[in-house]
Amino acid sequence: MTSEARPHTFVVLVEDRPGVLDRVASLFRRRAYNIESLAVGHTDREGVSHITVVMNADDRTARLVEANLYKVVNVLEVRDVSNVPSLVRDLALIKVRVDHQRRSEVMQVAEVFRARVVDVGPEALIFEITGTEDKINRLVEVLQPFGILEMARTGVVAMARAVAEEKVLEGVS
Amino acid sequence: MKKTGAQIVWDVLEQESVDTVFGYPGGAILPVYDALLDSRIHHVLVRHEQGAAHMADGYARASGRVGVAMATSGPGATNLVTGIATAMLDSSPTVFITGQVPSTAIGKDAFQETDITGVTLPITKHNFLVTKTDEIAPTLRQAFEIARSGRPGPVLVDITKDAQQEECEYKRNEMPVEICDRSPRRPIVESDVARAAEILSSAKRPLILAGRGVMLSGSMELLNDFVERTRIPVAMTLLGIGSFPATHPLNLGMMGMHGEAWVNQAIQNADVLLAIGMRFDDRVVGDPKNFAPSAQKIHLEIDPSEIDKMVKVDVALVGNLYESLEALSPRVHCGDISDWHRTITNVKGDSAVRDIQQLPDSGHLYTAHVISDLWNLTEGKALVTTDVGQHQMWEAQYYKHDHARKLITSGGLGTMGFALPAAIGAKFAKPEEEVWVVCGDGGFQMTAAELSTCAQEKIKINVAIINNGYLGMVRQWQEFFYDKRYAATPMQNPDFMKLAEAHGLLGLRVEKRAEIEEAVGRARAASGSVVVDFRVEKEDTVYPMVPPGKDIQSMIRRPVSELVTKEEG
Repeated sequence: MTSEARPHTFVVLVEDRPGVLDRVASLFRRRAYNIESLAVGHTDREGVSHITVVMNADDRTARLVEANLYKVVNVLEVRDVSNVPSLVRDLALIKVRVDHQRRSEVMQVAEVFRARVVDVGPEALIFEITGTEDKINRLVEVLQPFGILEMARTGVVAMARAVAEEKVLEGVS
Repeated sequence: MKKTGAQIVWDVLEQESVDTVFGYPGGAILPVYDALLDSRIHHVLVRHEQGAAHMADGYARASGRVGVAMATSGPGATNLVTGIATAMLDSSPTVFITGQVPSTAIGKDAFQETDITGVTLPITKHNFLVTKTDEIAPTLRQAFEIARSGRPGPVLVDITKDAQQEECEYKRNEMPVEICDRSPRRPIVESDVARAAEILSSAKRPLILAGRGVMLSGSMELLNDFVERTRIPVAMTLLGIGSFPATHPLNLGMMGMHGEAWVNQAIQNADVLLAIGMRFDDRVVGDPKNFAPSAQKIHLEIDPSEIDKMVKVDVALVGNLYESLEALSPRVHCGDISDWHRTITNVKGDSAVRDIQQLPDSGHLYTAHVISDLWNLTEGKALVTTDVGQHQMWEAQYYKHDHARKLITSGGLGTMGFALPAAIGAKFAKPEEEVWVVCGDGGFQMTAAELSTCAQEKIKINVAIINNGYLGMVRQWQEFFYDKRYAATPMQNPDFMKLAEAHGLLGLRVEKRAEIEEAVGRARAASGSVVVDFRVEKEDTVYPMVPPGKDIQSMIRRPVSELVTKEEG
């Protein structure tokens, strides 16, 4: 346990019902917890949605967030995956201004980051990149000088690594 | 068997053993009200939906059963909001049923349409919007289960008018299928119990902080046995009053902002605190950084989100309080703590001389005397409801409740206008109880229309208005913290005796201490509800007082000289 604020990533499984995202988001607002990132999607199970919430908090606050999330009736399971080995991925679409002279230069830079070109126009390219927030931030940094016209990011989704199951169980007991 | 949604509502309520519903009809709930005439359930027509909400709350707090209130869509539903928030903060098991515009009209800004599930999302334990008739029964059953399980709280069920009107196949006695509380079920952790027992057993200056959770979990006897055996003194939160007999020598009284000086001193000097079913509210801890700084803290609590929320504790036993206390109790073997008892007794002696109750009758009417005499005259057996403010604190200080569920007060939300409707609800839950409302002249007028409900329902409660012509507690804060600039606190009141009479009720007035006994006697003897207007000292102050956010030993005490002057004057 540390009293320093650090990013905590919560994986929250919820019932897929109208208004459930509202309940979870409302909890963060009401308790004055600041959301850094929020992503929602389906899971392998029908009727169950997956919410990944990232927030900056000390460990005591993070534990309270977890306990409060469990009080939301539609919440099925909560994991703070920042305490266990986990995969965290963000996806970004980045539209970059390029003319003919610099097109290959931009594409080379992107390739280093394993970003894919998903659309080509006469004066712009759209890259798609998946990775940690950090990696995407670095790509954004190097693309900036070329001129970023538009960017959309999904917010991170997270999952505990397959090997970490036992540790996760220890974490909640 | 086919039934309409409206019929199903009443049928499920009957199965949930509901005998009384407090409510107010209107367009979007009309089908349910139509079906009421064929139900065994008694409906109490209130004068404002806020009253209905507080009545359901009062009913729940007096009985431990789920209280039910009903209202129509739009303004009917929004009028419930204050009552719902009150029930939420004091963990009161309640179900609110509201009518909603037809499902086809939702989202169209229809007449009397309000997104009440949206509005009440942060002030309910859970809420539902029901748009299909066949969802009414399972949803209502689940609502009752959520309201009373775990840490209790309010649940709102919003039912569209078409769902009430249409028919569906209906079977009685189906149980709710879903389990609501999914938090990881932790069995009591053996090592934590052992550690808590060890800390308590080696304590030199231990103290129990008892909260409402003791009563919600039915652990009063268990606590009593524990205290009798270990001799550990008990301090109570406002909502914990009744969890342990007030007249027991080991009960120190209420803690916190207006707690007795010796209680707060005992907390600050304790070396071990055993907090049972309380949440370290800011009115209890003052400055959390300087709360009982030298004490190791053990927290018995059902709600994991309360652990370490305000005050960091050393050991937490999370789960049903009864089970936690049952596991812990036999393992605690306190040593000799008679030095600690002596210390507390000494501090108590010091405080008692400042106690206004020691004053002889000076011709002035002090609330402390009113409450103390009321306690004597009712032999401490009355069920008392209060609003929030000075009268509430004086009630807590001077009416000594020996039993659980006898003080019903708005603690967490601090709601004015709570006491009268809560008393009506309590009377329906416990018709055999002698019920007294203790409220201020300000709070009384917020829901005074419910006197009319008392008259229509022919119920017998007594209302003691502590009338000082001020919003007393706000005036007190202005006196201490705003240089006596009394902005918007003086009140010009109607004649409360005549107001009672206008409702066909007995109204009485008391202006001197000598008149208290007769008035209380007449009120108790009257067959209908009675209003007693106690014209108390206008600028009296609740002492001691911990300024907000200060450590709980920084108390403003009643100046001894002031007592002498008032006595002579």
